[in-house]
Amino acid sequence: MIPPGFEYYAPTSVNEATALLKQHGADAKILSGGMSLIPLMKLRLATPRYIIDINRIPDLDYIREANGFLKIGALTRESDLERSELVRSKYPILIDTSSTIADPLVRNMATVAGNLAHGDPANDHPATMLALEAQVVAVGPKGERRIPVSNFFTGILSTALSADELLTEILIPIPPAGSGGAYIKMERKVGDFATAAVAVQLTIGADGACERAGIGLTNAGPTPVRAKKAEDVLRGRKINDEVIRQAGQLASEESDPKSDLRGSAEYKRDLIRVLTARAIRRALERAGNGS
Amino acid sequence: MEADVEPRLLLVHCIRDTFQLTGTHIGCDTSHCGACTVLLDGRPIKSCTLFAIQAEGRAITTVEGLEQNGTLHPVQEGFCQEHGLQCGFCTPGMMLTAAAFLKENPRPTEDGIRTAISGNLCRCTGYVNIVKAIQYAAAKLAE
Repeated sequence: MIPPGFEYYAPTSVNEATALLKQHGADAKILSGGMSLIPLMKLRLATPRYIIDINRIPDLDYIREANGFLKIGALTRESDLERSELVRSKYPILIDTSSTIADPLVRNMATVAGNLAHGDPANDHPATMLALEAQVVAVGPKGERRIPVSNFFTGILSTALSADELLTEILIPIPPAGSGGAYIKMERKVGDFATAAVAVQLTIGADGACERAGIGLTNAGPTPVRAKKAEDVLRGRKINDEVIRQAGQLASEESDPKSDLRGSAEYKRDLIRVLTARAIRRALERAGNGS
Repeated sequence: MEADVEPRLLLVHCIRDTFQLTGTHIGCDTSHCGACTVLLDGRPIKSCTLFAIQAEGRAITTVEGLEQNGTLHPVQEGFCQEHGLQCGFCTPGMMLTAAAFLKENPRPTEDGIRTAISGNLCRCTGYVNIVKAIQYAAAKLAE
């Protein structure tokens, strides 16, 4: 399959990239990993007139902790998460997430930021970043702003980024002691999108009560879903079997999946109930282990 | 190697048609099967889902580059010795993925090998011997 023709730019700075975005607006697409964009172009579902390849911009490929955040640069590949000792030891929820995305070869190109910026509710990082209460940094001609991921997904395949803004960094608040998270995905085979998946991030206080809870759902509606009622039922309580059961039930009720080849809406809602309970249990175990 | 390319030219077409290196195959053309696997700066990627222009100035290894000075790469030797292929269509991609994986994981578990090749599909379903071939190569490399 041959993609349609386009004009190609390879800027070497963020400023140059945003100037090009400003010039070409909605006719331009950013190319980072290209693992969603290039297949869409080959199928001619996307026909951008201008491609702005950001892979030649230096210093956008990093994973580091600074100023209270885990910072992930726009060109960090999914496989870089798996290779990072910091992520492996302190952020296993990110390993859960990236290791279920597509396959190892695709993960060598695909970027974490692209997984968010594509705005696809079937992508895996949106749910995880919702659970982690992450923010993204958007840079445009007018400067830089931070957007909470909870306000980032505005509709089907659309985000809060304006046409002249570039997502340059993901900011994940460093979880306090007693925190743990997990992402559990049901997929039919390697490389498939989730039938459903659930991300849970918890902080358990010294008294054993849940201080903070974040729950995100994948492929459970037209946009990534934050299961707020399920979070509320966990917060302030000691998490026991009954509380977990209630949270699973609420997350299921908050989801709005569609019937498709992966299963009926009814099946998927039930799956979300079960996966939520499992992810809470795994997050609790990890909170006990200090990760 | 050098060529002037149209921006939309995919790397796999550049390798096969422009450079006439036909060891890199086209299978699904939708980034699922891994027949078009090449190494980009040492990491396996699917060349049907990359524009050739993105590879400018970067190191690309195709299956033709595995053999060095007339000596087969241990992975190639393993595929011969353990009958790691039937029709052979997936083999170039399978071997490149395996070679890159063994470089980072010199003492792999069977699970590790199976995960590493999960983006390379063998429609003959000869996975048992492919895993054995990679284990052979790991042992050979450890010598």
